[in-house]
Amino acid sequence: MWDAIASNQRRSWVLICTMGIVLILLGAVIGGAVGTYIGAPAHGHFVAFQPPADAPWTRAQTGVYFGIAAATLLWLILWATAVGAGDSILLGAAHAREIQKEDLPQLWNVVEEMTIAAGLPKMPRVFIIDDSSLNAFAVGRRPDKAAVAVTAGLLKRLSRDELQGVIAHELGHVRNLDVKFMTLASVMLGAIVLISQGFLRALYYGGGRRRSSREGGQAALILLVIAIVVAIVAPFAAQLLYFACSRRREYLADASSALFTRYPAGLASALEKISGQAAPEAGASKVVAPLCIVNPLQETAAFSLFSTHPPTEQRIRVLRGMAGAGLAAYEAAFQQTRGKSCLGPRTLQDSTDVPIRAAAPEPAGREQAVARARAVGELLDKVLPFVVIPCPCGVRLKLPPDSKRASITCPRCGREHEVPQAAGGSLAANAGPPGPSPAAEPLEYHRKGTGWESFQCPCGGTVQLSPSFGAPEAVCPKCGQVIRVL
Amino acid sequence: MSTTLIGLLIVLAVVLVLLFWIIGMYNGLVRLRNEVKNAWAQIDVQLKRRHDLIPNLVETVKGYAAHERGTFDAVVQARTKAVGAQGVANRAQAEGELSQALGRLMMLVEAYPDLKANQNFLALQEELTSTENKIGFSRQFYNDTVMRYNTQIQSFPPNIIAGMFGFGESEFFELQDAAQREAPQVKF
Repeated sequence: MWDAIASNQRRSWVLICTMGIVLILLGAVIGGAVGTYIGAPAHGHFVAFQPPADAPWTRAQTGVYFGIAAATLLWLILWATAVGAGDSILLGAAHAREIQKEDLPQLWNVVEEMTIAAGLPKMPRVFIIDDSSLNAFAVGRRPDKAAVAVTAGLLKRLSRDELQGVIAHELGHVRNLDVKFMTLASVMLGAIVLISQGFLRALYYGGGRRRSSREGGQAALILLVIAIVVAIVAPFAAQLLYFACSRRREYLADASSALFTRYPAGLASALEKISGQAAPEAGASKVVAPLCIVNPLQETAAFSLFSTHPPTEQRIRVLRGMAGAGLAAYEAAFQQTRGKSCLGPRTLQDSTDVPIRAAAPEPAGREQAVARARAVGELLDKVLPFVVIPCPCGVRLKLPPDSKRASITCPRCGREHEVPQAAGGSLAANAGPPGPSPAAEPLEYHRKGTGWESFQCPCGGTVQLSPSFGAPEAVCPKCGQVIRVL
Repeated sequence: MSTTLIGLLIVLAVVLVLLFWIIGMYNGLVRLRNEVKNAWAQIDVQLKRRHDLIPNLVETVKGYAAHERGTFDAVVQARTKAVGAQGVANRAQAEGELSQALGRLMMLVEAYPDLKANQNFLALQEELTSTENKIGFSRQFYNDTVMRYNTQIQSFPPNIIAGMFGFGESEFFELQDAAQREAPQVKF
């Protein structure tokens, strides 16, 4: 297993270096072409240090250096951003909320178990995403600063064993340092794509201002053609490399998951459930995709060279075909399904036979599923400060906390509702008839903590609760409405 | 003069390289030994957590099945023995017995549907399942680490350094019967 990480790292460095060479080459060629093309004589201050005899080549040289410097600088800026704020950007993009043990003991316990099994130095932070789709991802360039995020849909649908398999797969990514290298690689890919796109676009829009009649027009033309070819080919080559590497890592993470849990069927059955979901994830972004357990953006199961994930169906087949839980068993199953090797001899060097453990007896059945769904739902309401507007027709309108709308129309009955603008306050009233008899049904407000809190009464008045507030009811200062405080 | 100097320099370089190599090997062994210690500490934490959970669990089950005295006593006795056990082998033995006693207690629960619906019991059950899993996983990790450490101090040339500085082999944490080794879980 430790050799797996080592060989993984070596392979990653090859990838990173290849991409680095592509990046520098790209910068050099484009710089050279641009330097020769729009070069010096037009700009006064350039003329000073350019001997006129070999002007085009000197210009090209300056351009090459400048191009390499610019490409490296761009890469450094992107890399610094990714290192500095990468995790929070990813988690923020997915609208993930951090939870503690009391919120969802089972999820917490499963993560803790897998932390121990994977031998991570520290337990990752746990996040939950309010999304009904089934997915999970891990971030963290260093194993001691990792975080794992799962969607609410996943928590509702998966059994304990399945959840364990998924978490183990994610922590496998963390342990194998996949996140670190995929961040590095995707930053490089991003730089390559940006430069090529920028160059091609500039060429397209700035085409009118060419100066090919100047000296060295021939050389400039050749350089330009080379630059265009490189700018078109480089992103594709880089992407192919990147995706091939990403797919390999998925297999290795699957193998790690089986080894950690000693129960490959758990992940297999989780993948079956996950691949059974219909639509691609709405809130998913391209950035997070390579880190997820299955690609959230892919609509068809079709396999292509440009996918970050291997086809789920094949991953399931390999996992189901495992005779043990060790890496050697995964390799054997992989060879049987795909007819080729996956993990490589160095990874398998000192892998021992690991028996598969028995399934955890899950009190299966509808009741259990309903209870789990309710627990997750309650947690979400607690973790995410939704604004809930009860409509008289029975519909509970839930607005995300960052919604800026002033009013909302009920989708069932078409009534207009004003959106209370209180900071994070959620006012849940029992759906009673509106208007003339407001006291018929008592309003309720659920306290979120013990500090200062404010919420809005349906009349628009703001009710404030102090930390020492202990009464069962509060009175709206504007309309006098009595609101129960729970 | 220059040949002597070159010869001297070569000897010095060889000695330096050798010295650094030995230092590297020694440090590697120290690192591995500390990893073994860490892994053992992790098992220790989990075993302690299980010991802490048991009194609570027994109390909760007693409330519903007071007449099953024998099973409770067995669990409590096994726990006391496990808490007092010293040394890797002894502790493994005692913890194995505790797991069996707990297994019997959990079998008994099947007969009391009220108990199975009790929120407090459900929370305890999740904690216990998780702790049992954690014991299993930390044992797995500990044994892997011990395996690497032992292989290292037995192989040549690290065995010379291990002998010189007194690096002894570590013991595996093995539960006594094969069935438990495969399934580190309590049946509910």
